[in-house]
Amino acid sequence: MSSLDLAVPHGTAPDESDGRHVRTGMRLFIVSEAMLFAAFFAAYFYLRGESLHWPPQAAFARPELALVSANTLLLLASSLTLQRAHGGGLAWRRWLGATIALGSVFLVVQGIEYSRNAFTVADGVFGSTFYTLTSFHGAHVAIGLLVLAAMLQRARRGFLAPDSAAFAAASYYWHFVDAVWLFLFTTVYAL
Amino acid sequence: MKRPGLLRAILGGLAGGTAGGALGSLGATLGAAEDTDPFLWAGVYLFGLVGWLWGVGALGPWFAWAAGRIDRIAPEHGAPGVRRYFEFTTDHKVIGVQYLVTSFVFFVVAGLLALVMRVHLALPGSSILDLHTYTTFMSIHGTVMVAVALISLSGGMGNYLLPLMIGARDMAFPRLNALSYWMLPPAALLILSSPFAGGLDSGWTAYPPLSERLPLGQQFYIFTLITVGASSILGAVNFLATFLGLRAPGMSWSRVPIFVWSIVAMSIIALITTSVLAATLIMLLFDRLFGAAFFDPARGGDPILYQHLFWFYSHPAVYIMAVPGFGAILEILPVHARKPLFAYRLVVGSFLAIVVLSLVVWAHHMFVSGMPEALAGPFMVLTELISVPTGVVFLSALGTIFLGRLRLVTPMLYALGFVSTFVVGGLTGIFLADVPTDIALTQTYFVVAHFHYTIMGATIFALFASIYHWFPKITGRAFDERLGRIQFGLFYLAFNAAFLPLFWVGLHGMRRRVAEVPPETIGANVVSSVAAFLLALSVLLFVMNIVRAWARGPRAAANPWDAHTLEWRVASPPPPENFRVPVTVVGGPYPYGLPGGQHVMPEALE
Repeated sequence: MSSLDLAVPHGTAPDESDGRHVRTGMRLFIVSEAMLFAAFFAAYFYLRGESLHWPPQAAFARPELALVSANTLLLLASSLTLQRAHGGGLAWRRWLGATIALGSVFLVVQGIEYSRNAFTVADGVFGSTFYTLTSFHGAHVAIGLLVLAAMLQRARRGFLAPDSAAFAAASYYWHFVDAVWLFLFTTVYAL
Repeated sequence: MKRPGLLRAILGGLAGGTAGGALGSLGATLGAAEDTDPFLWAGVYLFGLVGWLWGVGALGPWFAWAAGRIDRIAPEHGAPGVRRYFEFTTDHKVIGVQYLVTSFVFFVVAGLLALVMRVHLALPGSSILDLHTYTTFMSIHGTVMVAVALISLSGGMGNYLLPLMIGARDMAFPRLNALSYWMLPPAALLILSSPFAGGLDSGWTAYPPLSERLPLGQQFYIFTLITVGASSILGAVNFLATFLGLRAPGMSWSRVPIFVWSIVAMSIIALITTSVLAATLIMLLFDRLFGAAFFDPARGGDPILYQHLFWFYSHPAVYIMAVPGFGAILEILPVHARKPLFAYRLVVGSFLAIVVLSLVVWAHHMFVSGMPEALAGPFMVLTELISVPTGVVFLSALGTIFLGRLRLVTPMLYALGFVSTFVVGGLTGIFLADVPTDIALTQTYFVVAHFHYTIMGATIFALFASIYHWFPKITGRAFDERLGRIQFGLFYLAFNAAFLPLFWVGLHGMRRRVAEVPPETIGANVVSSVAAFLLALSVLLFVMNIVRAWARGPRAAANPWDAHTLEWRVASPPPPENFRVPVTVVGGPYPYGLPGGQHVMPEALE
């Protein structure tokens, strides 16, 4: 892999928007992000394993599954629309816009769910783990949305092609955030 | 105010801090928090940090890129001369020097705190410090020194050398690299201001429940470590992407200089573990700020969980500090022993073995914590296993020295000093890895002596060795060799005199962290304290030598040590674009004494 390589003394300096580095960099960064969530999940399983019942206090009901299941479908759909945009075609910017819309609705629904919950972050380890995991995931969705919005803006200005490395890296991040949600949904909500 | 710079950074920090403080108090008041101060200061720091980064010019071009106003972000090489060290530039060489100088300043500050503590311990009963101030100084000394050991070699030397050694023009993400550096000054300011916010009594490990009950200074610690961690993660991504994508033609994995491999290993560890520390500290913060219950046993939480997560990062962090030290020493030894590096491939394998093993030894810090006893045996065995790859590093050093024509210049003296001090640190570590002896020794000065022999004996010795070795390259000037040797002699003797007695002191039951001196250890403590001042004197000699040589030392040649790796093939100091002719790597990096051995073509790249 090295012999093809750059370090061309008169060529351009490595640029953050340049192909391979951006993809490699994002893949590496996702390792670190995965470990962030791994730590939160580790705490969740450790504390849940130590308590006899879950939630430990019977007074706190877990959130209803109907709303959050619908929300999960929204997020899954957003990964599909993003891949559709990545594939190019005439309407690729619309597909990107649709992804941003789906992600935004996801966050709104998450907010609605928060407001319906009968427990807070201060209600024992159940509340602590629930809100820490979901809010950190939500924050990552928000960051992903900002990145996708920047991509859309650059696409409008003609600086971004659907098959560009920057867009690929952004989509890695979005799919990662989506995958984390699947773990979250199955362990924190469903099981 | 249109031009980015230090002044705008400070103003930006103040403006951001004011706005953040207002937002924080407003949020706390709306949320009906009992105490608004923690929220206020959280806001001050976070927004102040963003304001600082914006002011110094780290963020603007990214915003312009995201808004679609520019197509590409140009590198910023800044003004020529000394001024570029005080502004935002994307040149990895400038950033490397910024890291080095900044971490050296932290080293001196944390060292001065240690001196005050040593005075206190040498004069028991005179109470120079009250106990609260003592533990605060101890905690800040520990935390800042950990940060120094984390960033000085990897951030400083790694940034300076890695792109040069692999034949690249710069790092893969030059702006991100600069961002990693500029996050650090506000973090340092924050932890140094903790004495004015109720102090920091928890030590650098910040175990709950104590760390959940201490005042605001503890929160400063949390934000400082998260910032340093974020900087470290971005640095790791950058090093790895650079290594993977920017090696010169012909630079296959078996031709990469060993220091580069050590930075790669360090980066893998940092990438995997650092965010676990961030998550842990965030849980601690949520417990403190929002009444979460992660580590509160009364509400279902568990303080032992904190220890597991904390050491999952903080034991590998020892290798984040030490492995670049191994790499630097093994890079320097062949040059001054005039021999190829002994067992190069085995060392690379050992670095990667250290990466893996460092992830599965953390609970040897917890033998007396009350964790399940069944865990003690496996963690003991795994911990002892890691002495195999570190032993290979040691044997590689000995094999390289063996029958070499040693050139006993200052960097070589430090490299040899490293070999001797690190073996003491390694051997005393066995007693702390073994459960029966650890139960007796943990929480004593034996542990303090052990980790000063490993962290200081490895990382700091390697740091001094590296600064002397690459000083001619970085500055284009030669330091005073005689003063360098005197400085090494004093440093080496004072280091051993300061820390060897602490093993004995620990065996006699002096507990770490607290300012309480058992009567029979007073003599040894006085010896250690006097030696600490000699250590400080030798650091002063080092600073004098370096500053004087940098200002008006004699000019150094491009390759004064007659070495083979790429950084010595360009001018001293290297031009901003590093290489002015195409580089091809044709052989291993250490062809010393091999007839016709060559690392790069052409030989001179000026």
